[in-house]
Amino acid sequence: MISMDAAAINRAMTRVAHEIVERHPEPEPLMLVGMRTRGVPLAERLAVRIEGIDARRIPVGAIDISLYRDDLAQRPHARMQPSRIPEDIDGAVIVLVDDVLFTGRSIRAALDALIHYGRPAVIELAVLIDRGHRELPIRADYVGKNIPTQRGDDVRVSLLESDGEDCVGVYEERMSRGL
Amino acid sequence: MVSEPIAEPLVAPTSRVPFDEPITDWRHRHLLDVDNLSKEEILRILSTASAMAEVLDRSVARTPALRGVTIFNLFYEASTRTRSSFELAGKILGADVINVSGSGSSVEKGESLVETLNTLSAVGADAVVMRHHASGAPWLAARTIQGHIINAGDGQHAHPTQALLDAYILLEEFGDLTGRKVVIVGDILHSRVARSNIWSLTTLGAKVTLVAPRPLIPASMAPGAGEPEHPLALPSVQVAADLDEAIVGADAVMALRIQNERLQGKLLPSSAEFARRYQLTAERVAMASPHAIVMHPGPMNEGVEIAVDVAHGPQSRIEAQVSAGLAVRMAILFLLIRGGA
Repeated sequence: MISMDAAAINRAMTRVAHEIVERHPEPEPLMLVGMRTRGVPLAERLAVRIEGIDARRIPVGAIDISLYRDDLAQRPHARMQPSRIPEDIDGAVIVLVDDVLFTGRSIRAALDALIHYGRPAVIELAVLIDRGHRELPIRADYVGKNIPTQRGDDVRVSLLESDGEDCVGVYEERMSRGL
Repeated sequence: MVSEPIAEPLVAPTSRVPFDEPITDWRHRHLLDVDNLSKEEILRILSTASAMAEVLDRSVARTPALRGVTIFNLFYEASTRTRSSFELAGKILGADVINVSGSGSSVEKGESLVETLNTLSAVGADAVVMRHHASGAPWLAARTIQGHIINAGDGQHAHPTQALLDAYILLEEFGDLTGRKVVIVGDILHSRVARSNIWSLTTLGAKVTLVAPRPLIPASMAPGAGEPEHPLALPSVQVAADLDEAIVGADAVMALRIQNERLQGKLLPSSAEFARRYQLTAERVAMASPHAIVMHPGPMNEGVEIAVDVAHGPQSRIEAQVSAGLAVRMAILFLLIRGGA
């Protein structure tokens, strides 16, 4: 079931950009850090929108959490892309950006990775989708859309940059298994 | 419908090593040589290494990826850079790394390789990085114990991590090796570095030329050998005796160490005679392509196979090779131990 189309994603990202600007007006040292892989284009989109709102150029980084996952011993993990933090993060206000917030375990891994670069003043979290079912005490500061799901459902985010189209679909457990 | 225009990526790439898209598990349990790796697999290792190189730049260059993993460095031959680089690679990834050398261990009391391996296995080795003077020893090890075996150099046979770090340096420099001319000069006969490099460089599409005085070219690589039907056929490489001719237009030149202990008076009249014809001098490097880079696996005999000013000059990537070695070894440990094979 398609849950967000391109227009809905677009509106959600614009709203999140406004919320970020409202909470962190100039001259706060803001930095957006996208989580590999789909958090990165979302962070880039937010940066473009923030520039459109108050003409600030926000540095954008990318973080890969492969080395920090807590399930490395349980399942194979053979894919890793470089992280890139463009500036010193000591004292910076960092907004971590991801596509879907689910158990919170990826966010925990990203926080561990980030603090190996220094000591930010604040780390906040922006996500396109919050689908619930947290397993750790983690919450998002900016949410594009809350989508109630069953635990076994499959939430698929497609983005133009990586998948050729913008859409979010939610598929029931049975359907996602192809039954 | 309002569709998002695709913005220019704001996150600049960190590396020229191409990132391979397909999400597949890593199918190799061991790294014994590079001759059984496909081009895609070599690129997977090297793109992972470029991600590892970024880890080294963080203010805290430590990660928990291999927490709870025990790695033994089992070195029967002397080594500074390979052993310390594997040790650091393991530690940066959070593993416990224990060094065992031939001297000062039960090996001196006559313990066999198999016995030593069984002992390491019994105390919980998840992976063994081994260097051994006997060609083929790591294959025996891979059949003996459960853990992952990584060949850190066996006899005159293979040195896969050196070949991979050399490929990494070349890819960072040129982006793509198709048609690039790489000259390897020196003691090819005794060189496991050359043997492994021939496989990986030709797999990546480079044209390899081996240059050495005839006694230092193995018969299997001499002109005429290496026909495709031959069961021991090596990938096709050029063989030359004249460096001044072979170096013209090269994109990269790799000098090998003259192993004095092996050569003096037997295969070479003298190192001075070798240096006169085969030393990488500034004059010779000037005949290569203007963007050519100079490499050496170390340790160097400066003034023998490579001139001091070339070893430390602007075209030298010899120091970069050492730091690339760390990133490549981190990639190998991560892929073998966490890749699923």
